[in-house]
Amino acid sequence: MGRITLKKVQKSFGSTEVIPPLDLEINDGEFVVFVGPSGCGKSTLLRLIAGLEDTSGGTIEIDGVDATGLPPAKRSLAMVFQSYALYPHMSVRKNIAFPMKMAGLPKAEQEKRISQAAAALNLTDYLDRRPGQLSGGQRQRVAIGRAIVREPSAFLFDEPLSNLDAALRVGMRLEISELHKRLDTTMVYVTHDQVEAMTMADKIVVLQAGVIEQVGSPLDLYHTPRNKFVAGFIGSPRMNLIEGAEAAKHNVTTIGIRPEHIAVSGESGDWKGVVGVSEHLGSDTFFHVKIDGFAEPITVRAGGNVDLHYGDTIYLTPQADLIHKFDGGGLRV
Amino acid sequence: MATQQSRSAARMMMAPAVILLLAWMLVPLIMTVWFSFRKYLPLRGGDLGFVGFENYSRFISSSSFWPSVQTTLIIVGGVLLITIVFGVILALLLDQPMWGQGVVRILVIAPFFVMPTVSALVWKNMFMDPVNGIFAHLWKFFGAEPVQWLSQESLPSIVMIVSWQWLPFATLILLTAVQSLDSEQLEAAEMDGAPYLKRFWFIVLPHLSRAITIVLLIQTIFLLSIFAEIFVTTGGAFGTKTLTYLIFQRVLESQNVGLGSAGGVYAIILANIIAIFLMRIVGKNLDT
Repeated sequence: MGRITLKKVQKSFGSTEVIPPLDLEINDGEFVVFVGPSGCGKSTLLRLIAGLEDTSGGTIEIDGVDATGLPPAKRSLAMVFQSYALYPHMSVRKNIAFPMKMAGLPKAEQEKRISQAAAALNLTDYLDRRPGQLSGGQRQRVAIGRAIVREPSAFLFDEPLSNLDAALRVGMRLEISELHKRLDTTMVYVTHDQVEAMTMADKIVVLQAGVIEQVGSPLDLYHTPRNKFVAGFIGSPRMNLIEGAEAAKHNVTTIGIRPEHIAVSGESGDWKGVVGVSEHLGSDTFFHVKIDGFAEPITVRAGGNVDLHYGDTIYLTPQADLIHKFDGGGLRV
Repeated sequence: MATQQSRSAARMMMAPAVILLLAWMLVPLIMTVWFSFRKYLPLRGGDLGFVGFENYSRFISSSSFWPSVQTTLIIVGGVLLITIVFGVILALLLDQPMWGQGVVRILVIAPFFVMPTVSALVWKNMFMDPVNGIFAHLWKFFGAEPVQWLSQESLPSIVMIVSWQWLPFATLILLTAVQSLDSEQLEAAEMDGAPYLKRFWFIVLPHLSRAITIVLLIQTIFLLSIFAEIFVTTGGAFGTKTLTYLIFQRVLESQNVGLGSAGGVYAIILANIIAIFLMRIVGKNLDT
């Protein structure tokens, strides 16, 4: 079980309102990712759910029970922190055992769960080491192990991968996704990295300045962003947003077209431009194209072997049915 | 630039400081050892030549030697216990956000700036005086007989005075240690279901162990040689004669430099024994 319902939840620090009243439903077994630029209130929202911050208004229900006033320990949630927050003076074994020791579980049961968690997370050989003797990825796994053994109704992750290097991050991403499939427990995950959000989430919650901009599956958000912010935030490289005369042709303020939805040609097309910087990734090539009359260069994706270079003339044709249109308020038309 | 040349240049530059330090340490030490083997009575004939280990055996066989060692240990132990326990509590309290934090912190540190002689006199005359002291008034207010602090409860009184002086030092060091604790660790422990006291015991106290070790070592060094507090309050009477005070009495009151020097050598040995024990017990905390 792990259904979390936020009703009109609100948070202010002094007179500054960080999170205006907000409603959100997290279903049992879902992998929900809070994503947004830094300072958007996503970590605060997670801490509100965890009980590490008090709400300024509204109610938080966990499994249908009002948990707004409950202390963190009573919410049956486990949290993995950005800094891992391992206890440096305890061995890995004791770190993992700590929540069970606090709960007063019998020793035999503790040992059983520790060995299970260690086996699942490849930590068996490191159980007697101190956290200081482990690598970043191993520390991360210890933190996850400490969360798993409590058998919580939901896991909370606060930017758990941001301290890892890029290669390790991809690996841990997979591990966490696999863990979710295996445990089938609700997970709430906070990140500023939209790639993590897209790859891991069942449901993405896009936040900006404490306001939920859109909630939906990764592909929903990709195909039908509700507004300009979500359109620009989800997808990599980001969507080209074009204003001015070109947008006026579609009778809107702004049009958006993703780099992968533009056809590239050396001979003919709708827009004529000059190739600026090109990024060759092998599988794909990204061109930054300067077009007369456009305020910003357009990013386009082409195949890996397109023979165009800096300064060459390039023709671009957006796929008409994949153009996103936004009105003056930034909302999707 | 760690060439042979720069290294020898560095040695040359360092030499004056090293030599000065060595002289500073070695000359008094050697003089103490030298005098401890001589019969030297400044007012009764001056330097009367070598007497072998006579000073040593006389000092240790004196009826005031073992009580003075005991007094020294009680004062050091008592002050350490009080300053560390209350230092931890005060550090945790001062770490809480509160109105006027800066002023309060300065006030807490203030006793450390008061000279030992002055603070002992203040305590003696303003707090512990059996007629006019604040404590006497307090006792009378509740209808109790005022305590003759410095004569009836002499040892606890001195422990109290010295603790008051050293509490700020312990608090200050422990406060910086408390502040360096990662708040996410405490939050993690909170999520893990540890109530406040368990968080203190399992997370905060282990984190403070290194700072406590430092407080313990530094305070011990200084507390073994406290003098002014005893000199201006009891003058060594009522069982407050520490080893340091006994040496002072031998040298200045009995005018026996040789005997006092022998006591000085004993004091060095005692300090080293305590230091070795302390390093054994708590020194391993400094390694990790």
